[in-house]
Amino acid sequence: MIAETGLAALWLAAGLAALQFVLMVSALRNGIDFGRPMRAIAIVQGVLTLIAFAMLLWVFARTDLSVALVFENSHSAKPMIYKIAGTWGNHEGSMLLWVTVLAVAGAVFAIVSRRTSERTLLAALGAQAALALGFYAFLLVASNPFARLNPPAFEGRGLNPLLQDPGLAFHPPTLYLGYVGLSVAFSLAFGALLTGEVDSRLARAMRPWALGAWILLTLGITAGSYWAYYELGWGGWWFWDPVENASLMPWLAATALLHSINVLAARGALKAWTMMLAVIAFSMSMVGTFLVRSGVLTSVHAFAIDPERGTFLLALLGIYVGAAFTLFAVRGASLKEGAPFELVSRETGLVINNLLLSVILGIVFLGTLYPLFVEAVSGEKLSVGAPYFNSVAGPLALLLAVLVGVGPLLAWRRERRPVFKLLTVPVLLGATALLVTFILAPGISILPRLGLTVAAYLAAASILPLIGRNPLRTPLATWGMVLAHCGIAVALAGVAANAAFTSERLAVAKPGETLGVGPWLVQFEGVTPMAGKNWTAIQGELQATRGSGAVTLKPQTRYFSDPPTETNEAAIETFWNGQLYTVVGKPDGTGGWQLRLWWKPFVTLIWLGGALVALGGALALVGRWWRLRRRRREPSWRERYA
Amino acid sequence: MKPKNQRLVLVSAAMVAALAAVLLAMWGLRDRAAYFYTPADIAAGKAGQGQAIRLGGMVQKGSIARQGDGLTIRFSVTDGRATTPVAYRGIVPDLFREGSGVVAEGRVANGTFVADTILAKHDERYMPPELGNLAAEHKAGKTLQR
Repeated sequence: MIAETGLAALWLAAGLAALQFVLMVSALRNGIDFGRPMRAIAIVQGVLTLIAFAMLLWVFARTDLSVALVFENSHSAKPMIYKIAGTWGNHEGSMLLWVTVLAVAGAVFAIVSRRTSERTLLAALGAQAALALGFYAFLLVASNPFARLNPPAFEGRGLNPLLQDPGLAFHPPTLYLGYVGLSVAFSLAFGALLTGEVDSRLARAMRPWALGAWILLTLGITAGSYWAYYELGWGGWWFWDPVENASLMPWLAATALLHSINVLAARGALKAWTMMLAVIAFSMSMVGTFLVRSGVLTSVHAFAIDPERGTFLLALLGIYVGAAFTLFAVRGASLKEGAPFELVSRETGLVINNLLLSVILGIVFLGTLYPLFVEAVSGEKLSVGAPYFNSVAGPLALLLAVLVGVGPLLAWRRERRPVFKLLTVPVLLGATALLVTFILAPGISILPRLGLTVAAYLAAASILPLIGRNPLRTPLATWGMVLAHCGIAVALAGVAANAAFTSERLAVAKPGETLGVGPWLVQFEGVTPMAGKNWTAIQGELQATRGSGAVTLKPQTRYFSDPPTETNEAAIETFWNGQLYTVVGKPDGTGGWQLRLWWKPFVTLIWLGGALVALGGALALVGRWWRLRRRRREPSWRERYA
Repeated sequence: MKPKNQRLVLVSAAMVAALAAVLLAMWGLRDRAAYFYTPADIAAGKAGQGQAIRLGGMVQKGSIARQGDGLTIRFSVTDGRATTPVAYRGIVPDLFREGSGVVAEGRVANGTFVADTILAKHDERYMPPELGNLAAEHKAGKTLQR
C-alpha cells in the first residue's frame, strides 16, 4: 500500500501541474486573475511530491523487497543510514528527488514571491508547472520508482559500496537543490519574456533563487570533490569526469547569472543578457541531468545505462531549451536596453566577468560533449580529460581571477578615480610570491606557479573593497562578496600548491620497513584483518613521524559481498600545512604489501576556499533578506509623515 | 554610449566570446583527446608511437605476471581477434581480474602498452560503455559453456 500511495500522489501531482499550466495560458490570454488557484495548486503539488518521496524513503527503510527498486539497490544487512541514503543512490530514486525539489521550489516560489507583477508571476508559475509536468511524465512513463516485484525477492542486491559513505547522504541532495533552484530563475525569465516585464524588480525577485541555488551548487561541488578525493583513493580532487563537469557547468552559468543579475537590479541594464543566462543556467542543469542519468558518456559514475530514458530526457531538454530560445529570439530584440554605462565602469567589469565565464563554460561544454559527437559521426571512441581542460580553460580561469581583484573597485556607470593605484600592494604581493616560487621551487610548471602568484595577489585585492569603510556600516552583501572572492584566492592557492608540491611514494614494504615521503618517515607495522556490518577488510598500520610528532594511520582495503566489490579506504591525516594520504594495496606474495603514500601540502585550502565562497554567498543572501525585512517593517520618515 | 550602440557592442562581445570558446576548444581538442582502441586496432597500427590513447578489452586468462619489484605487473589484453601486452606500475584497481574487462590509459612503446592508469571498474555491474559489446559477447560465451 505504501508504494501505491506514493504512485497515486505522483499521478495527482502530474494532473495538477497540467491544470496549473492550462490556468496560466488562460490567465494570460483572457486576463482572468487565477493567482489564488494557481498558488494553491503549486503548493499542493509540492506537498504531494513530498508525500511520494516520503513513501519511497519508507519502503527503503523497511527494505520492502516487493518493490523492484529496493530489491535492485538495497540489502537488509545494510546500516540504516545507508538504507535511507540509498533511496536517492539510484536512477529512479534520484529522479524522484529531482522532481520533488522542482515541485517544492515551485510551491515555495508561489508562497514567497511578491516582487514581480502578478502577470509575470502567473506566467512564471505556469512555466514552472510545464517543467514539472515533463519530469513527472519521465518518472511515470520511463522511471517508475514504485514498480512492484512479483513475487517479492528474498534478499536485495545491495548498494554500490562506494556509495555507502556519509558523503552520499549529503552530496546529491545538495547538488539537486542547486540544479533545481535554478529552475525558478528559468521560469521567471520565461515569464518575464512572455509579459515583457524585464526590469530591476524581476532581477530582485530572481536574485535570491539564483544566489541560493549557486550557494548549494558550490557546497555540493566542494563536498563532491572531497568525497571523490578520499573515497576513490586516487589522491586526486578533480578528475574532469563528465559527471563532475555536469555539476561544474550549471555552476559556471549560475556564477555568470549572479553577477549580471546585480547589473539588472542596480542599473536596469543587461536585460536580454541576464534572461539569456537564466535560460542557459537551468539548461545546463538539465544537460547535467541528461549526461548523468542517460549513461551516454564513459564515466566512473555512469550508473544508469538505458537508451529509452536517454531519449526521453533529451526530448525534454530539447522542448524546454528550444521553447526558451524561441521565446528569447522573438522577444529579446524588443527589450529596451537600460541605463547606459561607459567603458571603465562596474558594468563593463561584470560584462567581462560574464564573457570569461561563458567562454570557460563553452570550453567545458564542448570538451564534455565532443566524445559523443565524434562517436555519433565517425563511430570512433575517444575521451577528453585533464590535459585538455587544464591547458585550455586553466589560463582563462587565471585571467578571470586577476580581474576578480579589479571589478569590485570600479564605480557604477563611470569610473574617473585612479582606482588602479589601489592595486599596488596586491600586485607587489603577487610579484613577491612569483619571486619566492622561483627561488624555492625553480622546477615547478608554469600554471601552478602562476596560480600561486595570482592567489597571493587576489587574497590581498579581494579585501580592498572594505578599505576605508566602517566595517559595521558596510552592508552584509559587500562582506559576502569580499569573502567569496577571498575564497577563490584560497582555493586557487590550494589547487596550485597541491599541483606544485605534492610528493608521492609508491612502494612494496615488509612489516618494519620505513618509507620516506615529503618531510615524513612512514613505518609500515603490518596488516590485520577486520570486519564490519556488511564488509571484511585488510587494515594496514602505519606510523608516520616528522621531527618529533608521530601519528598512526590505518588505511583499509574493504571487501563487500553484496554486490561483490573491493574499495580502498584511504587513511588521511590533516595538518595545518597539508595532508598525509595513505593507501594500502595488494600483497606481493612474499610478505610485502603495496603502499601508496602522498604528502599534499596545503591541499585542504581547496575545500576551505570552496566553503568560504559558499559562506560569502550565504552572507549576501542573508544580508539582502534582512535589509528588505527592515525596510518593510520600518516605514521611512517620508511615509510616516505623509 | 547610446543605448542602441551599447546593445550592438554587447551583442558583438557575446558573439566574439562564443567564437573564442569554439576556436579554443577546437584547438585544444585537436591533439589532447585520447582515442579508444582495442587490441585489434593496435595490431592494425592505428595508434601512433607515444600517442596518449585508451586501450580496452578483456584481461587474458593466465596472463597476469608480477615483476620482481612487487609493483609492476604485466598482462595481456585481448578482444578475441588480437592481444596487446600491457605493463603497469602501481596498485591495480578493485576487481582487476583475469577474464574481466579493463580500460587502460597510456601509450604504445616498442610493441608494449605502457599504462599510466588502469581505470577502476567499481562493481560487477558497471562496465565502461566502450566495453559493452565485448562484455555481452563474453557473457554469452560463458552462458553457453554452462
